Amino acid sequence: MSADLLTAQPCKPEASRQRGSRQNPAPKLVVLTGNPNCGKTTLFNALTGLRAKVANYAGVTVERKEGRLLGDSTAPPVTILDLPGAYSLSPQSPDEQIVRDVLLQHCKDVSAPDMVVLVADASNLERNLYFATQVIELGYPTVIALNMMDVARANGREVDCARLARELGVPVFPMVASSREGVPELRDHIIGFSINPDAHPIGRALCQLPPDFQAEVEQIARWLPNRRKGSNARLSAAEAVLILTDERYLPRADSGESSDLGEKVRDARKRLEQKAIDWRTAAIEARYACVGAIHKLVVCETLSLSETPSDKLDRVLTHKVWGTLFFIFVMAVMFQSIFTLARIPTHLLENGIAWIGSGISRLLSPGDLRSLLVDGVVAGVGAVMVFLPQICLLFLFIALLEETGYMARAAFLMDRVMGKVGLHGKSFIPLLSSFACAVPGILAARTIEHPKDRLVTILIAPLMSCSARLPVYTLLIAACIPDKQIAGPLRLPGLVMLGLYTLGIVVAMGLAWLAKKTLLKSHMPLMILELPPYRRPLIRTLFRHMWERASLFVQRAGTVILGINILLWFLATYPRNPTVENSYRTQRHQLTALAAAENPAPRQLDEEKLHAKLRELDKQLAGERLRGSFVGRLGRFIEPAIAPLGFDWKIGIGILSSFAARELFVSTMAVVYNVGSGGDTDEDRLGLVQTLREQKRSDGTPLYTTLTGLALLVFYAIALQCAGTAVVIFRETNSLGWALAELLCLGAIAWAMSFLTYQGGRFLGLQ
Amino acid sequence: MTEATVQPLTALPAGKGGTVSALDLPGDVRARLLELGLVVGTHVEMVRFAPLGDPVEIRFRGCNLSLRRHEADGILVETTP
Repeated sequence: MSADLLTAQPCKPEASRQRGSRQNPAPKLVVLTGNPNCGKTTLFNALTGLRAKVANYAGVTVERKEGRLLGDSTAPPVTILDLPGAYSLSPQSPDEQIVRDVLLQHCKDVSAPDMVVLVADASNLERNLYFATQVIELGYPTVIALNMMDVARANGREVDCARLARELGVPVFPMVASSREGVPELRDHIIGFSINPDAHPIGRALCQLPPDFQAEVEQIARWLPNRRKGSNARLSAAEAVLILTDERYLPRADSGESSDLGEKVRDARKRLEQKAIDWRTAAIEARYACVGAIHKLVVCETLSLSETPSDKLDRVLTHKVWGTLFFIFVMAVMFQSIFTLARIPTHLLENGIAWIGSGISRLLSPGDLRSLLVDGVVAGVGAVMVFLPQICLLFLFIALLEETGYMARAAFLMDRVMGKVGLHGKSFIPLLSSFACAVPGILAARTIEHPKDRLVTILIAPLMSCSARLPVYTLLIAACIPDKQIAGPLRLPGLVMLGLYTLGIVVAMGLAWLAKKTLLKSHMPLMILELPPYRRPLIRTLFRHMWERASLFVQRAGTVILGINILLWFLATYPRNPTVENSYRTQRHQLTALAAAENPAPRQLDEEKLHAKLRELDKQLAGERLRGSFVGRLGRFIEPAIAPLGFDWKIGIGILSSFAARELFVSTMAVVYNVGSGGDTDEDRLGLVQTLREQKRSDGTPLYTTLTGLALLVFYAIALQCAGTAVVIFRETNSLGWALAELLCLGAIAWAMSFLTYQGGRFLGLQ
Repeated sequence: MTEATVQPLTALPAGKGGTVSALDLPGDVRARLLELGLVVGTHVEMVRFAPLGDPVEIRFRGCNLSLRRHEADGILVETTP
């Protein structure tokens, strides 16, 4: 999936050297790395402009962003790779694993970096220096982009950049990336590097390890495979420290590490334990000693603030009462906008698509090609586009929450509630959004760092009753649920509606709990979350984020959804029965001929009568065609499986057609029962409700009883009948297996719950 | 002079702090907290408890972290009254 982005990039360091000697050298690879929330992406945007490519790293769902450095067209080309945020080279998340793998040259689809730009937050320098010194010690040509100088100053901290550069042995560029201050200097420096790479200082060892520990590190380093470009010895020594301190270390055969390395590491640790050195913490403590000393030398407190402005804001925004109220307010605004506001652009899009469809209809004569273009392709494109307004709005909100720093506070406030069922505080927004539509909800789960929490959130998101289920709920409740008063203003239809929403939530919570207990059991749910200072968001960053998400959705999921829609069109259109087609053609001719013969000068009234009759005939033909199509046959085929739920094969057709989009149940049932399009106007809807009520089983009893209606509603509340959601699950988990498992699992639960509803109701004597 | 007492960070009221004396936590969490700068001898403040009492917010070396109660319970601090 992502390897294709690298066609211009050699995969192996050796290849890179070969290309470098040619006429047209391969672009230099400069990686941006740093702690989360240090403004790395803002700097990336400032360096590369608007032409970043976004993809995933091979095999994982970690986002990979790279772009060309803007600037001097005469200088050699430079590719900038924006690595995910990391606190350390000892990974605790897939994001950090990627950072480590790229910097240690273990990542198969990224070539060895030529230069490292370490982005550090000047307002939080000490913690940032921990990772910075780790990276400098890898021995690459390195520069420090010391960002957020303005925030540091406002907090009363002056950083002596010249001194910092001397202490770290690499150039330091003070900057405010959000206002581009200091960015041109860094850009010029990178261009200078691309012209003359050898002149640049490389990182050296900074931190003094205990001598015994250092000796063991040197031993291990000697056993590491020798396969790198650049300063090999430094990289091996740094990796040896990481190996020695990592409790979970196992030799990696794919990186050429010999299997007896594990044995050697264990022996080294034993020797250290005998000397009373804690190998787990020795390196960390030594580094903080070194970082603390540097920090003291370069940072001067000009103002002693007991509370930063951000702390003051937090007093209110994480307050037990005010904070909770504010959270509810923010969530309500967000939900309302994706639920209600998004309908305006959605309607415009739908109208636009319909207009294109009717335009094509006018240009082409009726037939298979027109049907393919209008009902297959154009309707399929429409099915993809309708997700876009919700995705755009939701991601605009998410970007706003992330950029301001409020997202971490939202997780802080919700963690206890979500934690009850083993979820993470950050699962709240994806799940809430799923009540509008599961597709943006599942995409929003990207904000959850922990892969298992993220997976559980993705898998239960489709159980939140989305807005596409509403037309189905409304139709079936109107047709099947008697409008009885229960207590006070509470009436049965309203209660059933509420019950369906609750049912989805209850099943979701049960599944989440079960998944965390069994399949996705993690030994230690790490919930350490930084609460970064509040910041003013950059409008261009928000829109850029939104644009990236939307275009990724169209590229990755849109094409597949379109394909599925065309397939479903095919199944609902073919095969055609020539006898049926001929008989309708004859009837049409007869009607027209009859009308012409009776009234040589047709009056207005007769004309209308004729058209009504023809429309009636068209509806019958559409119904006849659908019932005879592959979907109709599939409906009959699955009838034995759904009969125990009280459904007949016509309902089966509705269920199958819903897969393109749930709300299609309404229009499909209208076609199945020969009442035309259905649901377009209130009159149509009432007509359809009436038709449903009139349907009888073969034994003459009514089909749409309260019980059948309830069973069907329960089925719709749970089953994953949405191609869009299934495709997005497939893309976001990077696994067809999970998508199929989800489809089957929710299908099975839906079936079982409907079965219990219908058969249990019959057992209790309900009708 | 009163004796310094060692107690879990979460036993302190919001707004009070102490000096880290030990991290009684499983490997992963301990390593990560150390890497974030919570080494022995660091001053750490108990900032606030979330509305439902869990998670908690702590502050050290100028940055604020949220962590779950049962993890924060393992941070032992020394306080002088």
